[in-house]
Amino acid sequence: MDISAQHDASSNVADVGEIMQAIAEHKGCGTTGGSGKASCGSGAGQGDLPTEIWEKVKNHPCYSEEAHHHYARMHVAVAPACNIQCNYCNRKYDCANESRPGVVSEKLTPEQAAKKVLAVASTIPQMTVLGIAGPGDPLANPEKTFKTFELIYNTAPDIKLCLSTNGLMLPDHVDTIAKYNVDHVTITINMVDPEIGAQIYPWIFYKHKRYTGYEAAKILTDRQLQGLEMLTERGILCKINSVMIPGINDKHLVEVNKAVKSRGAFLHNIMPLISAPEHGTVFGLNGQRGPSAQELKALQDSCEGEMNMMRHCRQCRADAVGLLGEDRSAEFTTDKIMAMEVKYDADTRKAYQAKVEEERIAKVAAKKEELAELAGASSDIKVLAAVATKGSGLINEHFGHAKEFQVYELSTAGAKFVGHRRVDLYCQGGYGEEDSLETIIRAINDCHAVFVAKIGGCPKGDLIKAGIEPVDQYAHEFIEKSAIAWFKAYLDKVNSGEITHVERGDAAIRQGALISAA
Amino acid sequence: MPFKIISSQCTSCSACEPECPNVAIREKGGTFVIDPKKCTECIGHFDEPQCVAVCPVDNTCVIDTSLPRYQAPA
Repeated sequence: MDISAQHDASSNVADVGEIMQAIAEHKGCGTTGGSGKASCGSGAGQGDLPTEIWEKVKNHPCYSEEAHHHYARMHVAVAPACNIQCNYCNRKYDCANESRPGVVSEKLTPEQAAKKVLAVASTIPQMTVLGIAGPGDPLANPEKTFKTFELIYNTAPDIKLCLSTNGLMLPDHVDTIAKYNVDHVTITINMVDPEIGAQIYPWIFYKHKRYTGYEAAKILTDRQLQGLEMLTERGILCKINSVMIPGINDKHLVEVNKAVKSRGAFLHNIMPLISAPEHGTVFGLNGQRGPSAQELKALQDSCEGEMNMMRHCRQCRADAVGLLGEDRSAEFTTDKIMAMEVKYDADTRKAYQAKVEEERIAKVAAKKEELAELAGASSDIKVLAAVATKGSGLINEHFGHAKEFQVYELSTAGAKFVGHRRVDLYCQGGYGEEDSLETIIRAINDCHAVFVAKIGGCPKGDLIKAGIEPVDQYAHEFIEKSAIAWFKAYLDKVNSGEITHVERGDAAIRQGALISAA
Repeated sequence: MPFKIISSQCTSCSACEPECPNVAIREKGGTFVIDPKKCTECIGHFDEPQCVAVCPVDNTCVIDTSLPRYQAPA
């Protein structure tokens, strides 16, 4: 199939004006009032999103918070080379239990990558998105990147393609991106002020020359913003990733948010710096700290009035496979894939995804019903609740098995997803079982309750002592519906004087490993 | 005939390979190597050796002092 004939850029031109208009009019999705808008795609699903944009994001776990409970993504590591150096990155470090951007266990050729995508698509029918995110920069490896897109487009056209770039070479490749029907592009933008950029990027390699300091950061920011404008002109949805580095760009990210919003970016993802010293990054070695959970949330909240904020990012590896909170990459190593007999069955995938949609609609309906119960209640009280889940929007994980907790903010406006906390202990040499409970309490210390499918007596007691209520009465029920019901009861108890509402403290964002492949 | 790659430091990222104007770099045994017969230290091509400029690990693409320096043809 000739992609250029199918997706001639000119054939899209007629739609562009319409889409740009739709984006311009769109001031966010799932508006809930009260504290501003919910994360994109939560609320009643489509919310106030124009249909053509909703169609693009509804099955994309990274672009829709609501979708991330149901749909999986995968990255293929076909792009090893990079053209800039970042102080938070060291690609030499690869631990099997390590999960963060820029890290990968093995590189793939485009042909291997295409086979891997088909193998995963057949095994995980809810895998809807293929991204290229490194381990270097996809656009510093344009031949490998676009060859991979071409192969996948030809064999599995229902899979959405996306890429994540530092933006340096973006303006040169925008037309090719449009040609291959890549309609989601993420640009990592950490600054729009080169003075700040010079503290984050030691150098860039551009037009056969290494640039350093202010000059390097100036070129980078100009190219990033130019690339963003060119993409949004073509109706390609752009997500902006920003790493929050306390003391360097934390306050400045509000400016970045305004700059990208005004250039048509769809979604802003502010992520905490990962800077464990054992990773050997410049920031890790010089003691630069990452933000606390409440510092991150406060920055995200302050940018939210401006545009959609992504809060469900798991900062995954360049070879991640599965739902965002899980990593199944170990099931799909090159050796295993090459030995697999792969048959791409589009109909089975479709049927499975139709089932997922039913589940999703049921979840939204349940939440709406419960929310109606809350109507009329008025209170300024807002609390956070942690949830142990394996996906599908259900409270379906045991406390002791959870590798992460999802965090919801509960108020009379409803239940809003505001983040997640990693609690797994892999790569943490020397930590035993007892420490693991302390780690979990530190990670969800800002929460009033933790919702689980099941919990043992000992941790139950320790959680209560720490002021966090363990809740297992909603096992295997929908998260949002249950959380709203619990919150309603909480308000009733406060109003009747049975309990007194107290504020919680801050919580720690765990550094290092996210998920064990086991 | 001049630059070499210290293989113990090479991350095998391949960034240098397409930048070499002499097509002197290739993958060998998991890391990248420079063919000393082809390397011209980028003299006549660029102001700075491209492998050095693009390499993410400092002091990995270095002058091979066991060999004489490249002499541009007169």
